[in-house]
Amino acid sequence: MAISEDSMAIADLAQEQIAAPLTIRQLVWRRFRRHRMAMFGAIMLILLVLYTLGGTLFFTEEYANHTELTRRLEPPSREHPFGTDTVGRDILARTIYGGQISLMIGLAAVIVEVFVGVLVGALAGYYGGTLDSLLMRFTEAMFNIPQLFLLLVMARFFGNKIPNIQFLGRQFSGSVIVIVAIIGLTSWMYLARIVRANFLSLKEREFVLAANTIGVRNIPIILRHILPNTMAPILVAATLGVANAILAEAYISFLGLGVQPPTATWGNMLERAYDYIDTAWWLWFFPGILIVLTVLSINFLGDGLRDALDPTTVT
Amino acid sequence: MTRYIIRRLLQAIPLLFFISMILFVLMMEAENPLATMGGRRNPRPEEKARLERQLGLDKPLYVQYVYWLIGNDWTTIDVDGDGVGETPGNRKGVLRGEFGNSLVVRGRSAGEIIMQRLPNTLILMIPAEIIIILFSLFVGIYSALRQYTLQDNIITALSFIGYSLPIFFVALVSLYIFAVKFKEWGLPYLPTVGMFDPKVGKTVPQVLLHMILPLITITLVSVAGYSRYVRSQMLETISQDYIRTARAKGLHERAVLFVHTLKNASLPLVTIIGLDIPLLLAGALVTETIFAWPGMGRLFYDHLGRGDVPVVMGILMLVSVAVVLFQLITDVTYAWLDPRIRYD
Repeated sequence: MAISEDSMAIADLAQEQIAAPLTIRQLVWRRFRRHRMAMFGAIMLILLVLYTLGGTLFFTEEYANHTELTRRLEPPSREHPFGTDTVGRDILARTIYGGQISLMIGLAAVIVEVFVGVLVGALAGYYGGTLDSLLMRFTEAMFNIPQLFLLLVMARFFGNKIPNIQFLGRQFSGSVIVIVAIIGLTSWMYLARIVRANFLSLKEREFVLAANTIGVRNIPIILRHILPNTMAPILVAATLGVANAILAEAYISFLGLGVQPPTATWGNMLERAYDYIDTAWWLWFFPGILIVLTVLSINFLGDGLRDALDPTTVT
Repeated sequence: MTRYIIRRLLQAIPLLFFISMILFVLMMEAENPLATMGGRRNPRPEEKARLERQLGLDKPLYVQYVYWLIGNDWTTIDVDGDGVGETPGNRKGVLRGEFGNSLVVRGRSAGEIIMQRLPNTLILMIPAEIIIILFSLFVGIYSALRQYTLQDNIITALSFIGYSLPIFFVALVSLYIFAVKFKEWGLPYLPTVGMFDPKVGKTVPQVLLHMILPLITITLVSVAGYSRYVRSQMLETISQDYIRTARAKGLHERAVLFVHTLKNASLPLVTIIGLDIPLLLAGALVTETIFAWPGMGRLFYDHLGRGDVPVVMGILMLVSVAVVLFQLITDVTYAWLDPRIRYD
């Protein structure tokens, strides 16, 4: 056993020496592939996405939102594999459509988060001075309020001010936009600090000086010269950010201030489920387990990505 | 050191102002305290306008902020709406320790209501924090000493799962198993909600019994996260030169691990825990809501829903002050534990 592993390692080594040098992307991909938990996370995620997208072939959204008061709180059966909820909607169909919204909120919120975080961090780190201290004081102030409190206050702040929207021929509750915005706006602080720290050190490097000398303007220097060099930590933070955003959506929806029905999300399917803890376990079990699986897979993926992008970290 | 502490405290003042401004603007724009009036009958329009003037809601936002901050007893309010202020104000403002009267619970000040709930949160949070620290140290060290063994891999996998669990899911699962299923199976089961059985009264065993499930809920996720951190810190420290020196000079392995390694490895842990303690309050929000625990988190949730600005602002400011204070305490403790660090 040990011998064969050794000889394989030697063969690997030999191959590496013969083959052309790998590009960074290939190196990263190779390290990522070897990370068993990360691969597990990636495969789980693909399956989850297939579940939420493929499910639409079997159920229509109308069916997912169809209430049937005579058939409320039915346990899982052949007709309703995951049971029905408090107003008789099919939970299986709702986890499919709710999953789409939950995953979409996670991704969209991270886009907002990355945009604000990179903007604040890059401006503060690159320009320094008064702008830096102003932006960093603001970041610190936002950091000092626990996110959940801030989320709830902001959810009240934006309230139901946005009407329902039509998108891709489907009707969405306006609260989806609100939730995306507030999750993004309450989670960018960590990213801003990383980006700022990277900008502070990178802007002193020779290639920035060189770009400056040949007359490249500030904005292209930020976007084309410094930003690509700080992509790795941004990518890792963004990946883990998706998990946090999905969790954040679940928390506020669970507390009843998130996405409003009839639009389903995994989070708002759980709302007030604890009132039925001793009568209807299927109300909270299925959406809950889907949230856990998604968050777990994304965390695995992010962890693998971190190891793959930064070979110096020890785990 | 004293100078450092004073400087940090001075820096905290503008920060807290900044936080209070952000929160005040959000709260005042979000809530119309007159919309609900704590469920009382709808006032007539002229009565409503009168109340608005009395509460200062007709004033621009910055004036309202000033009133909230330093009170309005130095000026007069125009209650009858003729453009001339005649009634002297009676609010003292936050800087003089008064958060104003609750809009929901009549005749009670916000500070009083919060202080009544705060001990309930603390008797949940302090044991939780102790359990979290002890357990994560134990699990982290155990797993670091058995790096890459089966036990270590199982612990790693479990902590990854634990770390990914939403608090409400832990709460629901533990409720389902220990309260619902145990009852079904005829085993001794745990109570689901509240702080004590009203039939028995608020006795120590009752409160302890009701604390078990919320404690499991709060600690599980944190233990999973911290033990990973303890593990990686232990592994990093073990590979240091001074540990090799300690071993080389013939120290007992136990002394090497628990004195030399643990002492150095726990330094960064102090930072993480110190910064996270106030954030546990947020976790308490969900836990207290599910278990109907009459603490501050639940108070926040209930009163936010009814637009009770003074109480909500009071809680938010209390939490923010706690965060700032704990940051300072953490930094000072860190310097005290690690003589290599000097602040001046």
